[in-house]
Amino acid sequence: MTPSLNAIVPMACVTAAGIAAMVAESFRDPGERMPIAGLGAVGLLGAAFATVLLWNHNASSFGVVAADNFGLFVTGTLVVIGLLSLAISGPTIERERLPGGEYYALMLFATAGMILMATATDLLVIFLALEVMSLAVYVLTGIRRDSPTSTEAAFKYFLLGAFASAFFLYGIAFTYGLTGTTRLDRIGVLMAVQTGGPTPMQYLALGFLIVGFAFKVAAVPFHMWTPDAYEGAPPAVTAFMSTGVKAAAFAAFVRVFLSAFEPLRGSWSEVIWLLAAATMIVGTVAGVTQSSVKRMLAYSSIGHGGYLLVALVSANDFGKGAVLFYLLTYAITNIGAFGVIALLDNADRPNDQVKDYAGLWNDHPVLAALMTIFLLSLGGFPPMAGFIAKWYVFSAAVKAGYTGLAIIGVLTSVVSVFFYLRIVVMMYMTPAETPAQFPAVPKIAGAALVVSAILIFYLGILPTRVLEWAAASISTIF
Amino acid sequence: MPFPILTSLVALPVVGAILLLLVRGDEERSAPLVRKVALIVSLLVFAETLLLWMRFNPASGDFQFVERHAWIPAFGIEYFVGVDGISLLLLVLTAFLTPLALLGSWESVHKQTRAFCVFVLLLESAMMGVFISLDLFLFYIFWDAMLVPMYFLIGIWGYERRIYASIKFILYTMAGSVLMLLAILGLAYLHYTATGSYSFDLLKLYEIQVTPHQQFWFFLAFALAFAIKVPLFPFHTWLPDAHVEAPTAGSVILAGVMLKMGTYGLVRFAFPLFPEAAAYFAPALAVLAVIGIIYGALVAMVQPDMKKLVAYSSVSHLGFVVLGIAAMNTQGVSGAVYQMLSHGISTGGLFLIVGMLSDRRHTRLIAEYGGLKKVTPHLVAAFLIVTLASIGLPGLNGFVGEFLILLGAFRWDPRLAAFAATGVILSATYMLWMFQRVNYGPVTNEKNAALPDLRPREWAVIVPIIAVAILMGVLPNLFLRPIEPSVERIVNHFHQGAPSRIQAAAGPQSPSPQSPVPKVASEARR
Repeated sequence: MTPSLNAIVPMACVTAAGIAAMVAESFRDPGERMPIAGLGAVGLLGAAFATVLLWNHNASSFGVVAADNFGLFVTGTLVVIGLLSLAISGPTIERERLPGGEYYALMLFATAGMILMATATDLLVIFLALEVMSLAVYVLTGIRRDSPTSTEAAFKYFLLGAFASAFFLYGIAFTYGLTGTTRLDRIGVLMAVQTGGPTPMQYLALGFLIVGFAFKVAAVPFHMWTPDAYEGAPPAVTAFMSTGVKAAAFAAFVRVFLSAFEPLRGSWSEVIWLLAAATMIVGTVAGVTQSSVKRMLAYSSIGHGGYLLVALVSANDFGKGAVLFYLLTYAITNIGAFGVIALLDNADRPNDQVKDYAGLWNDHPVLAALMTIFLLSLGGFPPMAGFIAKWYVFSAAVKAGYTGLAIIGVLTSVVSVFFYLRIVVMMYMTPAETPAQFPAVPKIAGAALVVSAILIFYLGILPTRVLEWAAASISTIF
Repeated sequence: MPFPILTSLVALPVVGAILLLLVRGDEERSAPLVRKVALIVSLLVFAETLLLWMRFNPASGDFQFVERHAWIPAFGIEYFVGVDGISLLLLVLTAFLTPLALLGSWESVHKQTRAFCVFVLLLESAMMGVFISLDLFLFYIFWDAMLVPMYFLIGIWGYERRIYASIKFILYTMAGSVLMLLAILGLAYLHYTATGSYSFDLLKLYEIQVTPHQQFWFFLAFALAFAIKVPLFPFHTWLPDAHVEAPTAGSVILAGVMLKMGTYGLVRFAFPLFPEAAAYFAPALAVLAVIGIIYGALVAMVQPDMKKLVAYSSVSHLGFVVLGIAAMNTQGVSGAVYQMLSHGISTGGLFLIVGMLSDRRHTRLIAEYGGLKKVTPHLVAAFLIVTLASIGLPGLNGFVGEFLILLGAFRWDPRLAAFAATGVILSATYMLWMFQRVNYGPVTNEKNAALPDLRPREWAVIVPIIAVAILMGVLPNLFLRPIEPSVERIVNHFHQGAPSRIQAAAGPQSPSPQSPVPKVASEARR
């Protein structure tokens, strides 16, 4: 039987687009404008199309990549992330005079890595995908080569990321030593038949894997790189990596722990419980004191990682659907918020301090309204999607009996509302001292933000269909 | 399919708000049109609620005009709305006050008029939603969504410390309500363990068995959310800030409608859902309510700022409402509902009048006024009537509710009634004292000498308030008739669920032929 290639089609589409972007760049004369982002969009739409066709087919390639509904849902989310990120990147590239082809190619390769990470069913392939994704993102973080903060951020991100990779690899090695395989399904079977409590080796393997994942999803106390990296990177890149990396890493996290290591749940659930609580608390409390909007949103996305961990530890039929739904809404909302930051970014002035937002309502009423929608959704106000997503996560927690975690969750989300509202206060209620110079809004990027806002309302008011998709992906991995 | 009148109550203001966003032109050119459109929309909503009242069958305590559609079927969440006598009148009150609030800020709002009107209409929509929701999830959505427009109203169009007040308002209220969200989730989960399916349907949740231990925690979570909203002493500290800093329209809606959501929540959710825990906590709630009555009145007495005085008087008046609810007998609860309406009218009126004074003089300090009676006789006459209504003069609206509440409280525990009754006296003291300092005596401040009297627009604002105040005082049965069957049902349900509360203390109950749990009227009268 010839091996089926179906499961890797979405990834292949995106990779092809990335290669095309690179080739196009080499044919581009300096100063010539080329619709390279369009190429990327075509690739991503191809991936989306393939995702729709593969839905419910449970395709599998080489025994290590599975296009099951879980992976496909995340792939769909990643396609949305990719498309929105491409759309908001244009102004940044022009303003910073970035090499467009390289930028888009890196973004597309990173997306391909993310898709692979979401669909891989073998620890080594997951590691491979992790590296493909991470290397591209490290470079994207430092793509403003002449900016010291950007370079510093990239370097920090790279060093800590390398550490995390090493931990992860170590965890894989231990797992292999225990089971003789790196395939998730076989590991799961071997773990399930084991009698007696977990061995020290198993604890080590679990611990290293958790540390590796915790770095990538920016869980406290492995979050130190996040604020610097998010602040140093160009805002469009931050939008991309704060959502895409998190989505891919969480997908793999969920898959590894709920399929391969599910039999050991008793040993890891308490650790994840602690991580979740610490992440929610530190993310929100530290967010309160920030004066830079980018850092504030960096801490906010740490906090949101905590809610995702709550969904992971709850790990019932609610929990897995909740992870997926939360990832999707978080991705759309966060890209929106960072997109607004990207659009306000001026060549000589980044406009990324909270006080720079004073009076935005008068200059850019639509942009201010969009930002308000994104922030309120992040804060979990109905009828925005963020509310449904949080509600879903907390339902899972209550059902799993983690009432304490749910209480921490709702209280931290009240605290987070405080700092989201600080920006709203600035935009609407504070007159500008020195009128900030905001650039004009390009059409495509503006349209992408409007689409995000519409999606947020759609998911908030009529979530049924997407909730059902999220739920349908449950059965395929567990 | 019958016309979905309840849905239209929620949808119409939203449609109006979208229309306003489409009006072209800058502030100067669009403002007059925007104001008119908003006013017309809110009047249409009011007309609709009147129509609803006319068609409402007052003899039944059932939920009427019910609409029910699956919304998120996987979790048993439904779009499930309906009204009984209690929510019906609160809807009418909301729709009555919104146009007055718009009219009351006709000239005092002169920046971003369009956004102002949009937020008022969105707020109206969310408030309507709160009162008609019979699905707890839906209820929570409206409950939380309501905060956002109010936050903007206070924060953008408020007075000096508006930002502080708006953030305090939203954080306080949210902090209370998120725990209620968890309790709601817990209830749905209990329904799941009992029946195998999730449900947020209030009527189904009324019937599930909740152990006393669970009731204890659930009740606390619900009661905290509602106590902050009411606000019950000692959770009231957000209220004076929010009231004082809010623009007139914000204060009117805040005091007139939003505070009632707390007491409405107690009547509709906290007490019937968790009767045993409610019976356990009722004495504590009642004591807090009585403390609030007296404390609010005493603090109101020493306020130099009229708006703050009215705000603290709300703490006192809402204490009566909570006392009536805690008594859980027909008189007490009917009185509480009546007092909710009546407080909406009289306090709404007071805020409107303070707003008129503040529009003229740009100050709300009592000491800045004096002798207004000679300068603006009509305004002062209106002021007097509204003041007397707020005090509870027989023949005006305030009397009926307070009387019924005290009656109900007396049947339950005479000591509470005795302490609460001092609040009536105190309210006369602080209101009349304030009235005297503002309106009588010589004109002490030169700036007051040439103040204009009521303008036609202000007549249009104040006449309906006075008319309703008199109507509610003279014909209380008009309003009590639809309330009573619903109240009786809730009271009976409560006493079945909480047998530990001695029947005698609640007063003699007429044996009711109705089933204790409210049912959906299968055929709403049309």
